[in-house]
Amino acid sequence: QVWQIRLDLHLLNHDGNITDAASIAGIVALCHFRRPDVAVQGEEVTVYTPEERDPVPLSIHHIPICVSFAFFQQGTYLLVDPSEREECVMDGVLVIAMNKHQEICTIQSSGGIMLVKDQVLRCSKITAVKVAEITELIQKALENDQKVRKEGGKFGFAESIPNQKITAFKMESAAVDTSNVEEQAEEIIAKADPPSEVFAKPILHTPGTAQIGEGIENSWGELEESEKEEAVEEEGESEEAPASDCQKMETEETSTMKETNKDEPIVLSDSEEEEVVILEPQELPRRTR
Amino acid sequence: GRLLCGPGLRRSGTGLLVTKCGLLRHRQAGGAAPASGAYWVDSQQKRYVPVKGDHVIGIVTAKAGDVFKLDVGGSEQASLSYLAFEGATKRNRPNVQVGDLVYGQFLVANKDMEPEMVCIDSHGRSSGMGIIGQDGFLFKVSLGLIRKLLAPKCEIIQELSQLYPFELVLGMNGRIWVKAKTVQQTLIIVNILEACEYMTAEQRRQVLAKFSGN
Repeated sequence: QVWQIRLDLHLLNHDGNITDAASIAGIVALCHFRRPDVAVQGEEVTVYTPEERDPVPLSIHHIPICVSFAFFQQGTYLLVDPSEREECVMDGVLVIAMNKHQEICTIQSSGGIMLVKDQVLRCSKITAVKVAEITELIQKALENDQKVRKEGGKFGFAESIPNQKITAFKMESAAVDTSNVEEQAEEIIAKADPPSEVFAKPILHTPGTAQIGEGIENSWGELEESEKEEAVEEEGESEEAPASDCQKMETEETSTMKETNKDEPIVLSDSEEEEVVILEPQELPRRTR
Repeated sequence: GRLLCGPGLRRSGTGLLVTKCGLLRHRQAGGAAPASGAYWVDSQQKRYVPVKGDHVIGIVTAKAGDVFKLDVGGSEQASLSYLAFEGATKRNRPNVQVGDLVYGQFLVANKDMEPEMVCIDSHGRSSGMGIIGQDGFLFKVSLGLIRKLLAPKCEIIQELSQLYPFELVLGMNGRIWVKAKTVQQTLIIVNILEACEYMTAEQRRQVLAKFSGN
């Protein structure tokens, strides 16, 4: 019996050089992952749940990182970590994966550029420098995360998103005035319809089939789209508005109940389905999508 | 009156479901009854999903016999027949090479089939569609900015047109093609359009004032 691990990479947004970014994301995810602890005694294998024993990290032997080089004008110009625009016009790319012990794990050249030996050696020297920096950054980040988790602070993806940027979504908390909530509630209760009669005795039709009451009309009614949208839009406003809105909706419902039965055809603009015409006997054909 | 559910809203049973996050917008239809007009959700995204009728800029990636394959930024490449150009016949083929830019609209675009594009409208006229000329610069922006630029009387385009004369093609798939007299002017316009995503109107006017002063 062995463990199986799966790594999924989701690309949210990029400005070129996905290879490097993906390699860093992948290896750091594997370093950060914790698997359930296992105890093996002879033939017996016990897998402990995360609650019983702290999960243990995977045995990561080394941290290989990819560094990409873009070439222009038959090898005259060399760019490390090309951006999207630079990737669009480059002649070819050389990717070197290395770990901090300066061992080359992968070399890949694509685009049909002819490279001279000392160009490749120069690239590998640059890679060594870059990988050393990046590996140090990774170690620091992992240590930081471990420390914060131990101390009980906030960690995770949400915390690492910078929220001083213009592109970050922020919702400001607004205070809600609850001073006259009770009066509003009393008012609504006073004006509301009295509760419907309660039938306590069931009427037995046959053994196994009984009926309680006559069945009342659906007092919720069929909300028309516009009323629903109003309810959505006014969520952010003060409490007084929804209170009066509920009242308004109740009185409107009884008058619009007859209207909604006929149901105006609602046209969708983004549906790709063919128009379906349902013919019903003794009724005009209704178009539904 | 009639109620239109726009992008981001889906009808489910008797109610409506919201399928995208964003701001809910409403447009009244000519002062008619309150339960009419259109509702939609203004959402922000960069990934384009082909929609029938949209005008987009595609990049020709392959020529397979009578059909060109175009990259439109969606999950699949769109197909474009060589006869779907104005005045094209079997003898008179359009001069399309791999790597060319094409401005066309979607004839077929749903999740079950490969999208199909054409460069003529329903009357057989090109109405501005077809192969985009040489030079110029193609770049990508978010879909929200494209919709802003395509709105009638867009301030950004009016202010830019007073700076330098330029040609502009806006694709609903987030692609913009710009061509001005010199490379430098083209790049200036490209940078301003990209920055318009996050600039306020006041900041934009300051930037444009700097350039028109030079």
